[in-house]
Amino acid sequence: MSDMGSATRHRVWVTFLVTPPLAVMAVFVVYPILSAFSYAFFAWHGLSREAFVGLENFVDLFTKPHYAQPIMRAFGHNLIVLAALLVVQNGGGFLLAWFLHREPFGFRFHRVAVFLPVILSSVIVAFLWKLLLHPNFGAVNGALNAAGLGSLALPWLGDSRTALAALIFANAWHWIGFPTLVFLAGMQRIPREVLESAELDGASQIQVLRRIVWPLAAPSATVTFTLLFIGAFNWFELPYLMTGLEGSPFGSTDVLGLVFYRLAFGNQSASVQDFGHGSALATLLFLFMAAVATAATIRLRRREIAL
Amino acid sequence: MTRWFARPGDLASAGMVQLVLILNSALMLYPIVIMVFAAFKPTAEIFARPFAPPDFSHVDNFVRIVEEANFLRYLGNSILVTGVSVALILVLGTMAAYAIARYRFALATPIFLIFLAGLMLPLKLAIIPLFVQMNGLGLIDSRLSLILIYAAMGLPSTVFIMTGFLRTLPGELEDAARIDGASEPRIMWSIMLPLCKPPLVIAGIHNAVPVWNDFFFPLIFIQSDARKTLPQGLTTFIGEYATDWGMLFAGLTIAALPITLVYIVLSRQFIAGMTQGAVK
Repeated sequence: MSDMGSATRHRVWVTFLVTPPLAVMAVFVVYPILSAFSYAFFAWHGLSREAFVGLENFVDLFTKPHYAQPIMRAFGHNLIVLAALLVVQNGGGFLLAWFLHREPFGFRFHRVAVFLPVILSSVIVAFLWKLLLHPNFGAVNGALNAAGLGSLALPWLGDSRTALAALIFANAWHWIGFPTLVFLAGMQRIPREVLESAELDGASQIQVLRRIVWPLAAPSATVTFTLLFIGAFNWFELPYLMTGLEGSPFGSTDVLGLVFYRLAFGNQSASVQDFGHGSALATLLFLFMAAVATAATIRLRRREIAL
Repeated sequence: MTRWFARPGDLASAGMVQLVLILNSALMLYPIVIMVFAAFKPTAEIFARPFAPPDFSHVDNFVRIVEEANFLRYLGNSILVTGVSVALILVLGTMAAYAIARYRFALATPIFLIFLAGLMLPLKLAIIPLFVQMNGLGLIDSRLSLILIYAAMGLPSTVFIMTGFLRTLPGELEDAARIDGASEPRIMWSIMLPLCKPPLVIAGIHNAVPVWNDFFFPLIFIQSDARKTLPQGLTTFIGEYATDWGMLFAGLTIAALPITLVYIVLSRQFIAGMTQGAVK
């Protein structure tokens, strides 16, 4: 770095280094994302762009019932998914991290176990849980029957009251290791002396957790919340693979990711590709995600305390 | 292993910690154990005795998967796509990071910001333009379409990881080599890159896992059975053998096996790689 005078001599070399990666980014990230916005202003049927329609696609999403109804229902489901995962996945992850942080007996084993599902493909997770939740032969109902709780056995994925909860559970099982380890890394940066002096001053575990660990873990919380939020509103693989493109049964597991896919690439009943409305929905989702992620970062940053 | 709590009552709380962690680990591992057990059982036995451990001598399910399904084909495609994508990501990412971290030029910051912005953009939402674009390039139903998209998806995090590391290397190394008359490419290749193995491993894992596991992009871009990757092929295969549970579990087990083995051996690097960026 100190050889600045020669920087211009290296111009050809630097250009050679940055051009190929920038070209890949430009063609396969920047251009498609900018196009996604522009696509929303045109009428499309499949691959052919037809006419500029201004904001009509956006207006349609809210006013035409066959767009608005599934979108509003799916949006409600996405909010439920976000809230439930916030408690089960990130809240559970925080508590697991707090327990692991004490480095109890078997620490390494528990750390490996909690993260193992994270490395599996959602396809494996989806079918594994589909089989485990099978009404007649699945291990979940099998275990309930064996425990004499046969009356609680249900067709978990086939009942519109439990299907979304079953998907949320499978998702939490898949991903809980991620927030756990992010929080754990955050907690391990808290100096032991801080915790020890709080102990000496007679602070309870709850007080330590609330007044010291949580504020110091706030940067980790920003990260895990932002990723959870983006994940919840991009949710697609698990519902698609476990309950189908229509969000069965009776649309009880329909989420925005499925609605978007059906608009863009058609569904079984009508294979119509509607790139205009699909792009309008993608644009709205993108703006919504960017706004919430930014707000979360600003809000949670205020809670951080400096050591 | 130092516990910082040591008051009366803490014994009870330590016991509770143990209990919660043991229950949680059982919940995390038990489904995977059932999957492996069932892979070694004929379907009738899975129904009759779902929780009993098998004797592991029944390998018929695995034999049939290899013989009857296109399993090895899917596996080969996954290895090809993941291998080429990750190689491309590491080469291109290191090139950009090296320029940004080791040279001062006017566009360094804007270029770095372009890559940083890519970290937060879910490329799934740009799937429609990507589809139109791949169609224009004649890359629909081609494994190259996946490789190009994965390369683009992996570049931001790799540039981020590598730039952070390359900035920490002392400039004296380069200066000494320059005084000795080494060319810039030679300095990069012979002096700086050999020091970069740890972050390259982290970046490699960070990218290989999501690429290996991805289901979404193959679903959109790949149609021919012969070009399907493992996660996508698995869905076809499960559709075909929907009632043969022994074979389904064997399929899931084989698909999960390679990455699980690597994870257990390299768990420390794996966890560092997968949570990289989030933990910074």
